[in-house]
Amino acid sequence: MNGLLFRLLAQRIGLACLSLLAVSVLVFAVTGVLPGDAAQEQLGQEATPESLAALRAQMGLDVPAPQRYLHWLGGLLHGDLGTSSTTQLPVAGLIASRLPNSLLLAAVTALFSVPIALTLGISAAVWRGSWFDRGASTVAVAVVSVPEFLVATLAVLVFAVQLGWLPALSYVSSVDSLGQLLRAFAMPVLTLSCVIVAQMMRMTRAAVIDQLEAPYIEMVRLKGASPLRTVLAHALPNAVGPIANAVALSLSYLLGGVIIVETIFNYPGIAKLMVDGVTQRDIPLVQACAMLFCAGYLALVTTADLCGIVANPRLRHR
Amino acid sequence: MSTLIHNGSPRRSAMRRWRARLAHFGVTGWLGMAIIAFWAAAAAFGPALMSQSGDLGGGDVFAPMSAAHWLGTDYLGRDMLARVVEGARYTVGVAFVATLLASGTGTLLALLAAASGRWIDGTLSRALDTLTAVPSKMFALLMVAGFGSSVHMLIATAAIIYVPGSYRMARALAVNINALDYVTVARARGEGTGYVMLQEILPNISGPMLADFGLRFVYVVLLLASLSFLGLGVQPPAADWGSLVRENIETLASGGAAVIAPSIAIASLTIAVNLVIDNLPGRAARERGAK
Repeated sequence: MNGLLFRLLAQRIGLACLSLLAVSVLVFAVTGVLPGDAAQEQLGQEATPESLAALRAQMGLDVPAPQRYLHWLGGLLHGDLGTSSTTQLPVAGLIASRLPNSLLLAAVTALFSVPIALTLGISAAVWRGSWFDRGASTVAVAVVSVPEFLVATLAVLVFAVQLGWLPALSYVSSVDSLGQLLRAFAMPVLTLSCVIVAQMMRMTRAAVIDQLEAPYIEMVRLKGASPLRTVLAHALPNAVGPIANAVALSLSYLLGGVIIVETIFNYPGIAKLMVDGVTQRDIPLVQACAMLFCAGYLALVTTADLCGIVANPRLRHR
Repeated sequence: MSTLIHNGSPRRSAMRRWRARLAHFGVTGWLGMAIIAFWAAAAAFGPALMSQSGDLGGGDVFAPMSAAHWLGTDYLGRDMLARVVEGARYTVGVAFVATLLASGTGTLLALLAAASGRWIDGTLSRALDTLTAVPSKMFALLMVAGFGSSVHMLIATAAIIYVPGSYRMARALAVNINALDYVTVARARGEGTGYVMLQEILPNISGPMLADFGLRFVYVVLLLASLSFLGLGVQPPAADWGSLVRENIETLASGGAAVIAPSIAIASLTIAVNLVIDNLPGRAARERGAK
């Protein structure tokens, strides 16, 4: 660690915090301010001036928007996320009951997909142009250019309907043994992994090829190193930064994919909670979930950035 | 001689350039073009040509493929072929308009940023970077939560989500062009910002931006289909391909055509656009440049 590196890292983290602040303004504006008067909408035709004023006061809409925003932001920072407008339960409790499920799903998916994607990506890069590379790349393009829900329906069709190996729906509540865990998680994890592996494999392949085409690799070949040694001892250490970057970036796709996958498989996670919130226009719930997702997304993207910086030897040894 | 070249050649050389570009097209590129043309035609003329209107219904539910119903019938007994063709109108139409808006706005803002001072450039770039800090599906959910769902809303949402991406791409290209000598010459000649933007920079970034347009079109199609699949996109009785998959999902267990046909439609469109983009000349060079 040296001063320059430290300063760069601190700068990135500071920037991410600023972005999160800007995102909170955006989230609040889109859901709380721009759509107009929520009280008016809720009452509709029956609105009398008195009932309108009363509901506004109850919803806190009689305060100007900037003040409402600050109040909301203060609540977020203190862990007070407000109350859900449909169930009247505290949003924090709703999220707390669902968040572990989603994190577990994400963790299991990452555990599965990262090793597979890295192996596939590196081998495709090493044997680039071969039938293996072409096949893997074509499949990856096909998976990436098809919506997640299609991958999910196909997976259900093959594994749950045709082969009957796995249940189509998953309920985490019934997990007692490893076998049950595998069965409950299999379909959602399989679907998510398909998308993530395809993304990560493509990026890893590009990163390793970038290194393999560098002049120093030609030098390594000329001095007679074996192909295995060329890749493992020379190219990979230099590709670690870009690969870590690719892994973190691909994992951020989890956040989008999980929305679809949790809905399809009826998985009691946080994304399902949010989609239900959107359907019922439960604004406090949607706001809190959105902030949570955006914070996770920014954390992953920033990690990708930081990996790139830390792995750059020109910044490390100065 | 010089006037002759000046008068006659631009159009001819442009045509020759296009012909040269098309000559590079592989079989897969032409295949992609054909599929895109097919769906565009279906969206434009299909509903007028179809004898069975989509809201007829009343027949057998989830009937298999037959001579009367080429793709079978859906969950209300409506002809699936008519539904898919009508869905093309929503999927292709909405995505096309949204992409056009996103790409157009992004390119214009990028030209403005590149051709004007640091201050405008910095402000625009920061503001649009904020938008990219929200995952696209998350932003779409927020917009639906705030404003409800309608076709106009969907177009606006998709356009807003993809402006930053095309802005970033166009700006990277435009900044390079802006540093070239002939732009300096144009400025020295006393040309205004608007002229530099539209006459000097735009023609030189239009090729790559066209490829970018295709890519963004795919993203928009995927986003809209996913939203509709969640029941938050195009609202019934209207249906795009995402809603068609959602509506008929119960026939999935028996592998019915009602759920497979719209799925294949989505996949064929997005893969076709990818095939065309991959066959554009200079693709590899651009990918390297975009990194």
